[in-house]
Amino acid sequence: MPQVDRIAEPWGTRTPYGPGDPWPVRVDAFLEAGLREQDVERWVQSASILHSNGDAMDIAVRAGRVVGVRGRAADRVNHGRLDPKDLYGWQAGNAADRLTRPLVREGGRLVESDWDTAMERVTGRLKELLAEQGPSAAGFYTTGQLFLEEYYTLALIAHGGIGTNHVDGNTRLCTATAAAALKESFGCDGQPGSYTDVDHADVIALYGHNVAETQSVLWSRVLDRLAGPNPPALVCVDPRETEVARAAAVHLAPRPGTNVALMNGLLHEIVANGWTDEAYLRDHVVGFEELRERVANWPAEEAARVCDVPVADLREAARLIGTAERLLSTVLQGFYQSHQATAAAVQVNNVHLVRGMLGRPGCGVLQMNGQPTAQNTRECGADGDLPGFRNWANDAHVQDLARVWNIDPLDIPHYSPPTHAMQMFRYAEEGSIRFLYVIGTNPAVSLPELRRVRSILRREGLFLVVQDIFLSETAQLADVVLPAATWGEKTGTFTNADRTVHLSDKAVEPPGEARPDLDIFLDLARRLDLRDKDGAPLVKWHDAEGAFEGWKECSRGRPCDYSGLTYDRLRGGSGVQWPCDDEHPDGTERLYAGGRFFSDPACCEDYGRDLVTGAPLSGTEYRALNPDGKAIIKAAEYVPPHEQPGEEFPLWLTTGRTLYHFHTRTKTGRTPQLRRAAPEPWAELSPGEAARNGLAEGDLVEIATPRGSVRARLRVTGMRDGVVFLPFHYGYWDEPGGSGPEDGESGRAANELTLTDWDPVSKQPIFKTAAARVTLVKAGDGEPSPAPTTGASRPAAPGVPPTEGGRAALAEEGDAA
Amino acid sequence: MKLDLVLKELHRAENELGHLLLRLSERHKADHETYHVARDLAVWCQDHVRLLAEAGDAYGLSLDPSPAGEPGPVERVREKAAEWLGRRPEPGLLLLADLRHLYRTASGVSLDWELLAQAAQGARRRGLLELAGRCHPQTLRQLRWAEARLKESATQVLVS
Ligand code: SF4
Repeated sequence: MPQVDRIAEPWGTRTPYGPGDPWPVRVDAFLEAGLREQDVERWVQSASILHSNGDAMDIAVRAGRVVGVRGRAADRVNHGRLDPKDLYGWQAGNAADRLTRPLVREGGRLVESDWDTAMERVTGRLKELLAEQGPSAAGFYTTGQLFLEEYYTLALIAHGGIGTNHVDGNTRLCTATAAAALKESFGCDGQPGSYTDVDHADVIALYGHNVAETQSVLWSRVLDRLAGPNPPALVCVDPRETEVARAAAVHLAPRPGTNVALMNGLLHEIVANGWTDEAYLRDHVVGFEELRERVANWPAEEAARVCDVPVADLREAARLIGTAERLLSTVLQGFYQSHQATAAAVQVNNVHLVRGMLGRPGCGVLQMNGQPTAQNTRECGADGDLPGFRNWANDAHVQDLARVWNIDPLDIPHYSPPTHAMQMFRYAEEGSIRFLYVIGTNPAVSLPELRRVRSILRREGLFLVVQDIFLSETAQLADVVLPAATWGEKTGTFTNADRTVHLSDKAVEPPGEARPDLDIFLDLARRLDLRDKDGAPLVKWHDAEGAFEGWKECSRGRPCDYSGLTYDRLRGGSGVQWPCDDEHPDGTERLYAGGRFFSDPACCEDYGRDLVTGAPLSGTEYRALNPDGKAIIKAAEYVPPHEQPGEEFPLWLTTGRTLYHFHTRTKTGRTPQLRRAAPEPWAELSPGEAARNGLAEGDLVEIATPRGSVRARLRVTGMRDGVVFLPFHYGYWDEPGGSGPEDGESGRAANELTLTDWDPVSKQPIFKTAAARVTLVKAGDGEPSPAPTTGASRPAAPGVPPTEGGRAALAEEGDAA
Repeated sequence: MKLDLVLKELHRAENELGHLLLRLSERHKADHETYHVARDLAVWCQDHVRLLAEAGDAYGLSLDPSPAGEPGPVERVREKAAEWLGRRPEPGLLLLADLRHLYRTASGVSLDWELLAQAAQGARRRGLLELAGRCHPQTLRQLRWAEARLKESATQVLVS
């Protein structure tokens, strides 16, 4: 079988195909050094949790250990391919520094303890606070990497049992805008499109979506189309010269913070040239007139001026999008984590609505997720929504949920939308949240303005519980640390960005006393003695499959209907897309075919919000706007970004990802191949900007904003001028500082610099627009920066040795197994 | 005809509302959403003030087109203090009080736009009618924002 260094060649070998053809299979595999296939004792079914693509894979087990992975050839998502993070990342589970025992704080230090002591501390403090202040004292901040069963159980415990409104996930940082944009346009969260739209599209527009590095297998699919007959044309919107930009027919690199202006300019051209589908608009859409008026003020020249892009490029992009026959659009952090996030993402939906491009092969919108199980937090109500896409402002929905849970509707907080993460931290700062339970995430690195976040997490009056698999920066600040099991060590299901549900089976035992998150939640419910209104235990299941059955009942009849699925159905086969019910026993590939939406006032998940103020619409207003359950076009005015470069801080700071790491690097930083590929943070400037500042490749620079400073070595790349980029994965757990920078030193986490500000609609923090300056600390000695040469950080000038993984990174590429 | 009276009052009231928004933002700097959105919304008032001054010319009014501005240096010092204060528990109640005041002021401005539109109808002044049609919806959005922020913030402040 051919062997490929998948660090050097992250997307592997091309398997070209033409429009409408099936994507050829290519099975990627990587086993521990020295092992061959015949040495594997068992293969256990799973899928990726190191990104949101949902690539299906099998886990190789030998002597009770995970020893490798192999892509699942039959799966609809990846046809056997794996992302480099998946090929190598499983090794982190075997790392020597896994948490294996609970820790409790004694005399200011975390010391080893036992489960009973640790759980009694947690529930003891929680009970005290509930008695003293009530549920408003407790907050739960979870992740995008648990399983559906765990989120649902947590949502039941927190919303239905404890009765707190403060439940959110770090999916707030990542996919909150995807959810918000879908709700605004279609009345419900749920991806309209399918990854197979790549197979059919003639134009693919990627908005702030560096898919080559965020969902690398989806990018392989695009690359294979590009290498085949009749390839699609790509339109790329990104201030950096990403792999996507390099492959694009048109690359627009707008000034940060101007996405709404750009979208208004594109929509202006589409409307002015009559590239709209009048019949579709008449039959299936409300709100077009307002859009027509709004974009009338945005001629291409004006948009190009505000965004600082060539007007001819903007026109050409609009022409491609406006005349496509099968248009696929994807959106990610370049829009979601930027100024006016929801307003901009909604305009992408608007493009599809005015062009009538939904519900047919090749005509999809993918409002992407960053995290693997983000979709599940949204469905299950663990992230600022109610379970089953129920509308907190619709009393009938709350009553229905109370029926499912057998509790009083008044016990489910619904006086306002569930508290979002940034607000939870604000409440903790003010001292009204006094118990914070953090699960599988690392706010001490991932939230904006880290100095503030650390001061909140360290607060005297805050009881901090952290449940994780490593002693993260956040766990180091906790009062109690609970060791969790991870992927491969527990069973559950999860759903990717295109609604594909996969089963992940337990392959090995967790290390030491670590326990599956679900077991910990069940223990919590038992110790709190949570009951339903008949006095029976509130949580009625004891294992993952029981939780899944419970969830099926909760989702029945809702848009995200899982009632047609079972573990048996998922085991052995491939992923299935929800809704899957009696009517759609094989799942549903594309939502909204024939212009049918879930936006009826009685059904919709949300009544929508004002795109500038974020104020929610009332049920009455929504009914007046959309009595017949059509899709909703919402126009948006452009508002300039809140922090802008000036004399002291002349550059835009923008942050983002690298292909080789995930989130705060807790796993990928413990994976030798991935760690070597991107060992430390770097800063990027364009050649022009570097020259203007007298800086060169490899120089040690300091990047500063009003909030702090970070040091990194410079990589000169094909970025737009006036922007400095930093990857955000790096923190302090593998540095002397531990949970933050060493006293008085500059940091290395990009979020030392980012500002506390969020989109008023989706409440997603803004990581992409801050004002910064870059100064020289020490000139380089000819050594280039350690940034990878494979993705957007590819050097602008030759002379930097290419990123390679060598022998340790050789992976297999096989045919269908 | 008393159109000039209405214009004058609106001009004053929009100035007041804009200033109130800026003050709200400065007093609640540590409440980040309030801080940023209030500033964005103050820009609408500033637009309205300018447009009203233009419209006033035809009625012999010489209204100041430049809106009551950014907080001065003294107020900025207060802004710093608010940021520090904002990290302690008490400001919750202050926020509710400020939002309540904002809501009532914005309601007054909204009614005045209503009055202007009625008068413009009666007097068949197309320009003024268009002006009200352009500005009044933004006032309503400011109003709804104040109400929504109030509702979102009230529970936590009042039950904890
Ligand atoms: S790395 Fe973090 S912010 Fe980025 S997509 Fe993943 S979870 Fe979201």
